[in-house]
Amino acid sequence: MAETTQNGAGPAGGGSVQQTLLGADELILNMGPQHPSTHGVLRVKLKLDGERVAGSECVIGYLHRGVEKIAEHRTYQQFAPYVDRMDYVAAVSNGLGYCETVEKLMGVEAPPRAKVIRTLLTELQRIASHLLWLATHALDIGALTPLFYCFREREEILKILEKYCGARLTTHAFRIGGLQYDAYDTLEKDVERFCADFLKRIEEYEDLLTGNRIWLGRTRGVGVLSAEDAIAMGVTGPVLRASGVQWDIRKAMPYAAYDQFEFDIPVGKNGDTFDRYVVRMEEMRQSVRICRQAIEKIPAGPILAKVGKVLKPPVGEVYHAIEAPKGELGYYIVSDGTVQPYRVRIRPPSFINLQAFDKMARGHLVADVVAIIGTLDIVLGEVDR
Amino acid sequence: MLDKVIFYFFAAIAVGSALLMITRKSAVHSAIFLTTTLLATAGIFLQLRAEFLFIVQIILYVGGIMVLFIFVIMLVNLDVAAQQIQYSRQKWVALALSLALAGWVGTMIWQAGQLPGQGLLVRGAAAAETLPPNAEAVAQSLFGPYMLSFEIASLLLLVAMIGAVVMAKKKV
Amino acid sequence: MMNHLYELLKIVLASPYTLPVIYGIVIVAVLPLVAGYVVLVERKVMADMQARLGPMRVGPHGLLQPIADAVKLLLKEDIIPEKADVWIFWLAPIVSMTAGMLALAPVGIGPAFQIAKDIDVGILFIAGISSLGIFGIVLGGWASNSHYSLMGALRSAAQLVSYETAAGMALVSGLLLGGSLQIRTLVEEQAKQGVWFVALAPIAFFIYLVASIAETNRAPFDLPEAESELVAGYMTEYSGFRWSLYFLAEYANMMVVGSVATTIFLGGWLRPFSSVGGAAGRAIDTVPGALLLGVAAYCLYRAPKQPVTVQKLVMVAVAGLCAAVAAALLAPVFVAQALWMKPAIHGAFWFLLKVGGYIYLFMWLRFTLPRYRFDQLMRLGWYFLIPVSIVNVMGIGIALVLHWERGMHLALALGLTTLMTLVVAGFLVRAELKREEQLRQAATGDAYAG
Repeated sequence: MAETTQNGAGPAGGGSVQQTLLGADELILNMGPQHPSTHGVLRVKLKLDGERVAGSECVIGYLHRGVEKIAEHRTYQQFAPYVDRMDYVAAVSNGLGYCETVEKLMGVEAPPRAKVIRTLLTELQRIASHLLWLATHALDIGALTPLFYCFREREEILKILEKYCGARLTTHAFRIGGLQYDAYDTLEKDVERFCADFLKRIEEYEDLLTGNRIWLGRTRGVGVLSAEDAIAMGVTGPVLRASGVQWDIRKAMPYAAYDQFEFDIPVGKNGDTFDRYVVRMEEMRQSVRICRQAIEKIPAGPILAKVGKVLKPPVGEVYHAIEAPKGELGYYIVSDGTVQPYRVRIRPPSFINLQAFDKMARGHLVADVVAIIGTLDIVLGEVDR
Repeated sequence: MLDKVIFYFFAAIAVGSALLMITRKSAVHSAIFLTTTLLATAGIFLQLRAEFLFIVQIILYVGGIMVLFIFVIMLVNLDVAAQQIQYSRQKWVALALSLALAGWVGTMIWQAGQLPGQGLLVRGAAAAETLPPNAEAVAQSLFGPYMLSFEIASLLLLVAMIGAVVMAKKKV
Repeated sequence: MMNHLYELLKIVLASPYTLPVIYGIVIVAVLPLVAGYVVLVERKVMADMQARLGPMRVGPHGLLQPIADAVKLLLKEDIIPEKADVWIFWLAPIVSMTAGMLALAPVGIGPAFQIAKDIDVGILFIAGISSLGIFGIVLGGWASNSHYSLMGALRSAAQLVSYETAAGMALVSGLLLGGSLQIRTLVEEQAKQGVWFVALAPIAFFIYLVASIAETNRAPFDLPEAESELVAGYMTEYSGFRWSLYFLAEYANMMVVGSVATTIFLGGWLRPFSSVGGAAGRAIDTVPGALLLGVAAYCLYRAPKQPVTVQKLVMVAVAGLCAAVAAALLAPVFVAQALWMKPAIHGAFWFLLKVGGYIYLFMWLRFTLPRYRFDQLMRLGWYFLIPVSIVNVMGIGIALVLHWERGMHLALALGLTTLMTLVVAGFLVRAELKREEQLRQAATGDAYAG
């Protein structure tokens, strides 16, 4: 197939016209790694048939840092800060997954107080992650204002995290066996104040977006993913639930302190962008519910199990998954009895969810591609590791 | 005096642009010069106090027809063909034709200059106060003596529009 | 020698062409500055709606931000794409800017402030010259020598052309009520009938509002120039000064459509209830001055609370300026000798207030609404706005005939028109919703295909 490159353009766009065997013009549009809307360094090659997307290919790896290889040369505790940098938007969840996996491998359990505080912080982080998603997704579709409102709320959560462990983004909040820092004295008050405020703020976002005809026109029927396709491709998280499948690891295989709390799992119907939006908004509300229950129920007690300074898990392998804000975050750790793991394999939700992009984007207009990438809620740090 | 200056100014632009239009190699450049010619013609209308005609010329010709021309030129990659030199074989025929035309027009102008009291004078504009409001005057004549032609023209345009929509309709 | 010059000066000043030329020079010189400050206002309004402060660093409260931006843009490197058509690349922003500025010529800010002569076909002139701006966009996209800039430019032009029809029809509704194309006559008709045309033809005003947002490429109709889209807009390859010309042209266009809407629908330079005289009239006449005095008082109140001395001084200066203008506004009301100033100054105040309100509405909509996709945009224009505006024009024509021939009360006839147009609009909306529902069913049901 002769490829005639017709023109060059700026970094964010550039196309080449390919003559297919039938002589029809098929355009390949490159949404380069540098682009305001790809939420990181994602490269998408779109095959266009006129205005419609006929196929696509995601080129990833621009943020690959060799995290899994690094894991083989660090001790278990030394590796913990690295996992924060994968899904840097929701670092606390990454830490929870990793710590719980190693605890499962070693056969220890974190004390109840640690479990409840972990749950509390993880749910706060879920809200923060969804807020960032909403901010950027709305911005891509053209609503300029929710960005600032969402970041205002996210700032409150980051303040709480900073008060707790000293860091806002890459928190390294948990330790293997429990927590290092106990809840600071005003944690409950801060969280309660945040929850009360936040429920009002969610109403603000809903006012701006949910009933808005333009928003509905841009999101309904766009990027539809059926339940069968979602399960077949291993998609998890809000994307799966919006397609109608009731599957949440917090309910199906509870971990941390989730079995102590009452909350609902929002499930969508059509699997389009609007349903994913509604599911995530509702998840934020449910997270607030969990947080409120958590601050009531923090038991007294130690925060760190007796694990000793040098961690040498028994020989064996374990897989443990948690419900991260973006989907099922799984860690598969193989231990050979030494202080360093033999293999750490991370199952990032964004990486698996990104597979669905091709199916979701076919037949849509080019302008919808941005909405579809946004609705998958991918973080390239996680996709590439 | 001012009338003459303005007239010759616009006329010079019109003629100059027309000349430039036919000598450009790039179709887009030609289109731009055609636009300038039309704008200059509109300027002459304005000088004659035909304000309505002036603005309608701009809206229809420049804002409508020329935009369409430019759309077509840009969507259909004409430049490749236009860059090729095609003048070689037509030189002599073109020369003969243009000499004939020049002779004809020159004779006309010379004979006009011979006519008593006529010649090429620049018509001065009537004083503004003696004229009825422009749009009204045009409307009176359009909906009065020229009603039939107006309706026929509108019908023709409607048919053309419907035809265009039917021909262009395809699945997007 | 001096005598000669003096004679020349007298001839020049007496000539009827002098004042328009001076006004023209003032527009060309002042408009970029005004547009720059409108940009600052937009950034501050945006910041206010987004719970933040906006530009604060350059100058007190960011007041020198436009100057800094202008200097930066002037000093930027002028990049011309390699294979671009240099001549057209140079021409395109100029066409846009010229069209924008020229369209401001017949706008009447007050009963005496006509830039050019009050041309017979004033409104048509503005509409026609605005359509020249399309050239600037299309040529800009072409000259960038990028397939996607061109596509973006052609889309933008298609959008402009589509909404021009609807805007024109909406204006015609107002013109029918006013009976003339002349700007001064339109405003005087509103004074004579004692009511702004927006009350008589509200749907036309609404259609013009939506169409003018699309005409100026503002959100929610700004897909061709949106930053997060794949297809780069026509402005991509322009940097520095050339880009600033496009940008200023956009804001000049905003002012033009604001002026047109104000003239036709919002009563131009008339104050509210312009036909009410006597004591009530005088009370309304004190409103401009009172407003400005209120602003001055607020500035004085905030002045001590400013953290920096320069900001304090600026607040006090602003308060002084407002007070001076307030004095100029109140003088004609209370001092009989100053009555000659009244039409000009009060007219200018009310006109600028209305145009400012209209532009504020533009900004408000920009920051609240997401963006329409291009096909949705075109659907809205062709399938909804144009039919409704055509029905509206016909309805107003019928209403006027009923009023003149049959003697029906004008407000009643126009009320019936509005009702009829709303019914038609309702039908169109219902059809559109049904179609969208069908499309969505098809999309969701078809998830198995492909």
